[in-house]
Order: sequence, then structure tokens, then C-alpha cells
Amino acid sequence: MYQKSLVELAADLQKGAYSSEELTRACLQRIHTHDERLNSFVTVTETQALTAAQAADAAIKAGTAGPLTGIPFAHKDIFCTNGVKTSCGSRMLDNFIAPYDATVTQKLLAAGAVMVGKTNMDEFAMGSSNETSFYGPVRNPWDETTVPGGSSGGSAAAVAARLVPVSTGTDTGGSIRQPAALCGVTGLKPTYGRVSRYGMIAFASSLDQGGPFARSAEDAAVLLGAMAGFDARDSTSVDRPVDDYVAQLNQPLQGLKIGLPKEYFGAGLDTAVGDAIAVAIEEFRKLGATVTEITLPNTHLSVPAYYVVAPAECSSNLSRFDGVRFGHRAANAQDLQDLYTRSRGEGFGSEVKRRILVGTYALSAGYYDAYYLKAQQVRHLIRDDFLQAFAQVDVIMGPTAPSVAFKLGEKADDPVSMYLSDIYTISVNLAGLPAISIPAGFSNGLPIGLQVIGNYFAEARLLNIGHRYQQVSDWHTRSPQGFE
Amino acid sequence: MEWETVIGLEIHTQLATKSKIFSGASTTYGAEPNTQACAVDLGLPGVLPVLNAEVVRMAAMFGLATHSTVAPRSVFARKNYFYPDLPKGYQISQFELPIVHHGYLDIELEDGRSKRIGITRAHLEEDAGKSLHEAYLGKTGIDLNRAGTPLLEIVSEPDIRSAREAVAYMKKIHSLVRYLGISDGNMQEGSFRCDANVSVRPKGQQAFGTRTEIKNINSFRFVEQAINYEVERQILLLEGGGTVVQETRLFDPDKHETRSMRSKEEANDYRYFPDPDLLPVEVDEAFLASIRDSLPELSDARKTRLVSDYGLSEYDAGILTASRELADYFESAVNAAAGAGKLTANWVIGELSAALRRDDREIKDSPVDAAALGSLLLRIEDGTISGKLAKQVFEAMWKGEGSADEIIEQQGLKQISDASAITGIIREVLGKNPAQVEQYRAGQVKLIAFFVGQVMKATQGKANPQQVNELLRKLLDS
Repeated sequence: MYQKSLVELAADLQKGAYSSEELTRACLQRIHTHDERLNSFVTVTETQALTAAQAADAAIKAGTAGPLTGIPFAHKDIFCTNGVKTSCGSRMLDNFIAPYDATVTQKLLAAGAVMVGKTNMDEFAMGSSNETSFYGPVRNPWDETTVPGGSSGGSAAAVAARLVPVSTGTDTGGSIRQPAALCGVTGLKPTYGRVSRYGMIAFASSLDQGGPFARSAEDAAVLLGAMAGFDARDSTSVDRPVDDYVAQLNQPLQGLKIGLPKEYFGAGLDTAVGDAIAVAIEEFRKLGATVTEITLPNTHLSVPAYYVVAPAECSSNLSRFDGVRFGHRAANAQDLQDLYTRSRGEGFGSEVKRRILVGTYALSAGYYDAYYLKAQQVRHLIRDDFLQAFAQVDVIMGPTAPSVAFKLGEKADDPVSMYLSDIYTISVNLAGLPAISIPAGFSNGLPIGLQVIGNYFAEARLLNIGHRYQQVSDWHTRSPQGFE
Repeated sequence: MEWETVIGLEIHTQLATKSKIFSGASTTYGAEPNTQACAVDLGLPGVLPVLNAEVVRMAAMFGLATHSTVAPRSVFARKNYFYPDLPKGYQISQFELPIVHHGYLDIELEDGRSKRIGITRAHLEEDAGKSLHEAYLGKTGIDLNRAGTPLLEIVSEPDIRSAREAVAYMKKIHSLVRYLGISDGNMQEGSFRCDANVSVRPKGQQAFGTRTEIKNINSFRFVEQAINYEVERQILLLEGGGTVVQETRLFDPDKHETRSMRSKEEANDYRYFPDPDLLPVEVDEAFLASIRDSLPELSDARKTRLVSDYGLSEYDAGILTASRELADYFESAVNAAAGAGKLTANWVIGELSAALRRDDREIKDSPVDAAALGSLLLRIEDGTISGKLAKQVFEAMWKGEGSADEIIEQQGLKQISDASAITGIIREVLGKNPAQVEQYRAGQVKLIAFFVGQVMKATQGKANPQQVNELLRKLLDS
């Protein structure tokens, strides 16, 4: 049953082919059997999962089940889960049992979904390879010597290896889409403000957005439908009704205007990836879409702007981890300064420290205007690029990442090269737009992702495009060997 | 050399909201430590602030009352620094775009002249928690009940020229926020405190001298003492050939001196930037109009009205309108006393205020409320009792022995205003003192006081003094 999609599983549960408890036990068994190799989970919540599954079975019997009732899933370990360790991939929070639920956690709980555990991630979501986690790297199920991408590497790998049908992730600069691409699954980063950030441990507040991982756009539509919505506890959440994503999946693509930004197909793009994307675009033409070349002239500024804004916000967001109230606290502190210095020195890993330093510098008196303010101005330029593009086309397509999964350790000591692996995803966050990554081929046995960027709140259209493509392609149905 | 003092004040006033500025936790003072701090106040991972709309209304009221601009768009910023009672490692405040700016307040100087003090800005921010250094044997306790309490920080222009002016300005702001009902102004509980920026310069010089900032002064008296000490210290330094170091200083109320806390070199770089968790605050004209309509009558307007409505002196009206509570008390009492303005003013400023001072009570806790005082004054007005006996009745009322009428009845204090009864007593007194009668009639008219005293003594003070006077003269002069 692990090869079944969420939608198929829900139908089986509904007709009593098996119970949620059986499904959950099977899921837990698969995690138990395979995750030692992948390291995609930080915490497995067996007891809570079985209790939730039994409750789901009761709801199914009572006829009150929804599309997610009884479906096992995993949360990225960045979403606070009441009574369960929420580590954010950091030693700093290795001892942190969240005393409350994130809004997304509450919503999925209310939808009857069964959380089986919390997935591994780059420390505080800072990374593109899942190598910065305190809990060690996650391995890509397609080739265990390669990275799964990051920062939501655990969530992507767990879905790719069919350990869970769906999972949650967060995306600040590509942290859902890039691992989705590298692991051959579907991942969607919603419009900024569509999914509540309350209880999602902040990395860069103006960029962070939660979203779903799934094997298909259809499954992602079901999960996003449950995650999205206005939340009065998040001032940046948008008060706007949530579209019925499932209902719009089958809209025809006839007349869809696709824009291909020339900046996304230049130097730095792996040829095999470029070729696969070209083949996928051809498929859309066959489905009735028209394709035009467009330009996003400020794309080259997105990585530099991002690496000012995100570290600046993170330097402030991570100040609360001071060893005083929760999280790692250095032993035998001599005085306050010593408590701060050692708690933070011991609790944070090197990538987190690097970004805190960069961000602190960017916000310092005398540098603020040159860095932070300038980067915010660049964001406006980038957004304007997109708005101009959307005056001509409905969606923008291109590669999600410049290459397929790279080797573990390959870029670990070269932060700039690591940062460039998010070159196609970052500007979407800077503009606050929604984008989806869908499987679109393989190179040397490793998956390739196609990114589709939409206008604000066009999630339904993106899922519809992904779904129609998945009706005529089978990349998303392929699964890695060795996880039977 | 003659020196001129230059002072600017930053007043932190706690806004009287039920819940905190960015969370739903209660702001009630005095609860057990850390019982009024929710996940947001604790700065738990993942929590987000949501602005309490009430603080925007209150800040706008303050802005309108001080002729300031209420910004159509203001922005919350993070002020980053580490301190154990600052849970997030940053304070949410306003920096470049405060909600209120460019206003003024007129204060009255001791010589009766009025002086205008500019208000640079007033911005909204959250308070930090409290570090408790005592009682933990080398450790520090942290109470986060106060964390997230809403504050309005009111920054003046450096227009103040003496400690006395600083106190007058601070008192005026204190009175204003209480009139507006946006703060309880309780200084013991830290709801109203200030930082004073102080510098001196040779008289006539345009450029400011180097300033020091005295932090966290929580009484009018301390403000005066701290500034006076600091001015003297700076002048002594400069006259001795030294220089003033720009630094933060603390006032020690026991030693009446200020002490260095940290110098500019050690000062934090707060790395302000707009808080990405909060949207800009937008205020439109319709909102401001509704607030303008709901503003209460403020002290200056009320003073003018009390003078014209009740015939009070400027001086009395000034005292009575210094606080909204006192003015409210006066107006309730004067209504109960059938509009006897001058009499009521005398009693509120005299007997009542003295009794409050003596027992160290606030007017809201007065055992004699405004209606009760008014009914006592009514008995003076209608001649039931004399002013002198009224004081005795007031004391009994203060002790809770009953209403004015009950006490007058119980103690038999009703004034004797019956002319034939008084005449009878006068005849008795005259009969007993023939020698004095003789002397009076021989021209020693001052003896009238002696006879009045004798009559009052005979009636235990209850005879109507005016009638006694008249009848005495009639009988003696006939």
C-alpha cells in the first residue's frame, strides 16, 4: 500500500480496505526498516501516531472523515508540535519540547491527519543540502551518496522513499522546491501569507512560507487545502478565502501562456537539466499551451539581495536562543556574558553562525543603508520584473535547480557554490510569489525538477498545471530502488 | 561664567490596556511572577506578535491632544540587544516612523508665564520584563509579567531650561495622560517614568554641550534632584577644565547623586530594522475624526470653564484641574452643593486635600465622596450649621460615622437661628456682665467680641454668629 497516493489511500480507508491504524503501523514499519539509511526523521512519534490513527478510524466509522482523515504524514521539525521535541535541526533545540501547536499543526490535527514523526532539516532551515543538521545529513534515496537538497531534505526524502505519502516543509529561498526537485517529488511554496507562520520557527520572517510535499500535484492539492488559510495570530497572513485546489485540478491547459525567462537558461545550468526542461515544455505545448521567451532582468541580483535580507532577519530571529529560558544552556556559566557566549557558541552550528554574523553586519550602524535597505529596494525591482512578466504570460517555467543532486560533502565547504544552487528559487521568495516543483525527468538516475511560478494566489493554477502534466507523464510515479 | 541648562525628557508612560501590546496576556500589576506571560511574551520559538488595536487609539488620542501629527503610516521596528529580561533578544519599538510626531505642550512657569515645550515624537513599544537581583543568593530571577506591556515613549525637544521646568513639563504630561484615560500614571508601579538628557552650555552659546542621559527616574522629586545634581556636576567639571563624557547615568535616590552606567563607546548598536512580523500601522482621517470627537475636556479648557462657570480664581481653578480626578470630584461636589463654587473650591483645596495628605490617600479612595461633601456644604449654605462646626462634622464623616445630616442630628449641632432664643441668651450674658456692658457703652466697642464669645460659649457654638452679632449690637446700642 506504500506505493499508493494520498487520494487512493483515503479512498481505501473510506471503503474499509484497511484501517488507519494498519496503514499507520505499516508506515512506522517502513520508517523503522529504511530510515536508518536515509536519516530523514529526527523523531518518530509512534505512540501519538497510533492514538491519532485510532481516533481517525472512529471518525471514518462515524462518517465524519475528511480527505486527510487517517492519512499518515510527517512534519518538518520546524513546526511546533505540542509535547513533542521540535529541534529545528539544531543542538540549540535538541532539548526543546514545544509547549504549543503551530497553526499548521493544529489544522492538520483537526483534519484528522496522523503525524508519524518530525523530519530532519538543515539547522534552522539554513542550507540547501541538509548537511547542516545537528542530526547529520539526510541521504537522497535515489543515490545515497548524494544530498536530498535542503533545507526540507528529510520531508522530501521521506516522501521520495515512500515512507510517508505526504509531508510538510518550509521554503525561505527554495527549501521546499529544491529538495522536491532533487528527490523527484512534488513540492509547492505558496504565496507569502497563504499559510500561517504561527508556530513555524522563524528563519527569515519576510520570506518563510510553509507548504506541502507529495508524490503528485493532486495529493499536494489536498494537503495544501488543509494547511492554507487566514490566521489572526499571524499579522502577515492574508485574509482571503482558500481556493478549492482539488476542484480545479482538471482545468484544461488550452491557451495557457507560458513564459521562459532567458535568465534561467544561461550559464551555470546543467545541460541535461536544460534538455529535460525543454522536453517538458514541449509536452505543455502539446497540451495547448503557448510558449514565449521573457526576461527577468534583475535575476542576477536575487542571490546577493537574499543573502542580505535572510541573514539580517535571522540574526534577529535567532537572538531569543540565549540559554536563558529554553533550549541549550551552557553548563557552569561564570557570568551572563559567558552564559550567552557559550550557550550560543555550543548550540549553533557553523552555517547558522555564519549567517548571524553576516546579518548582524548588514544591520549595523553605518552599513544598514548600503546593505539591508539596498537589498529591500532590490526586492521591489525583482517583484516588478515578475509583475511585468505576468502582464504577458500566465505562468513562468524553468528548472528548479541548476543541477541534479550533488554529492554529500561536495559543496559543504563552499558556501557560495551552495548558495547558487538556489539561484532559480530565491527570487520567488523575494517577490512573495507561489511556485511548484514537479518531477520532469532524470539525469544519471537522479531526478530533475521543473519549476512553475505563478502570480499571487495562483496556487490552484499551479496545481492544475502540475496535475495535467502528471496525467501525460510518469516521472512522478517512479520510485527509488531499495525501499521495497 | 554663567551657564545655561538644556534638558530634554523621554517619558515612558504605560498605556492602560487590559491586555499586552502584542499578546492576549493580562497587564494587571502585582501578579505572581511569570503568571501573566504567555507563549508570545516568553518569546517561544515560532510565536508571532499581533498588535493590540487599542494602543493605536490611545497613541492617536495623545497625538491629537498635543497638537501633534498622527502619522498616516507608522512602522514597528526591532531594537536588538541581549538582556535576560528581554525574551526575544529584541524589543519591538518604533524607530524611523513613529505614530506621533511634531507636537507641543504649554506649561506654566512659577512666575505665571506660559512656556511651550516641543514634542519631537511619541512612539509605541513593548516593555521588557524585570530582573530580580535580590533574594536569589548570587543568582538573578526573571519575572516576565511586565514583558509586552504597552508603552508610549514621549520624547521632548531640548526646550527645557531648568529642573523646575522639567518637573512642570512632566507633571503636565502626567496630568494629560490621566485626563485622556490612556494611563493610570502610577509612578510607584513604574507606569510613568522618565529618562532625562541633560547638558550645560555657556549662556549665549548656540551649540549644545555634551549631554548625559539619566535613566529611569520614577518620581517628580527625583527628577528635580537628579537634574540639579547633574547640572552642578557638569558645571564643576567644565569649570575645572574637564570635559563631560557622553554616557548613561543612574540616579541614586538615597545618596541624591547620579552615577555612570555606561559610556557611549560601550553603548549598544541596536541594529534597528522594520519588524517583518508586523504590518505598518495605517491611520486614516475618519479614524482620527472619531477620536477627535471622543476626546475629553482637557485641563486648560476645563480651567477656563471653572473660572467662568463657578466664579473661581485662576489660581484655584488651576489647582482643581491639575488632575482629572480632582476636577471631577470638585464638579460632582459643587453640583451636590447647589452650585456653591467658591465654598466648594475652598473645601476641596483646604479640608479635603489636607485630610487626604494627612492619611496619605488618593482622592479616589477618599472616605468622603463628592456627593457626601456636597451635602455637608449644602448645610453651611442653608444656615443649618456654621462653617466652624462643619469642620467637626467633616471629621466625623471622614471617620465613617454617617452622613452630614445624621451627624448634625446625632451631635445636636444644628445652628440656633431663632432670634427670640438668641435674644434670650444675650440678655442672660449681658445680665451677668454689667461691668463690660458699662465699658462698651462708654466707647470700648471692641468688647463686642467678648460678648459674641460668651454667647457662642453658652450655645456650644451653635448660635448663628451673624445673628448673634446683629442682635448684640441692637441690644447694646439701644
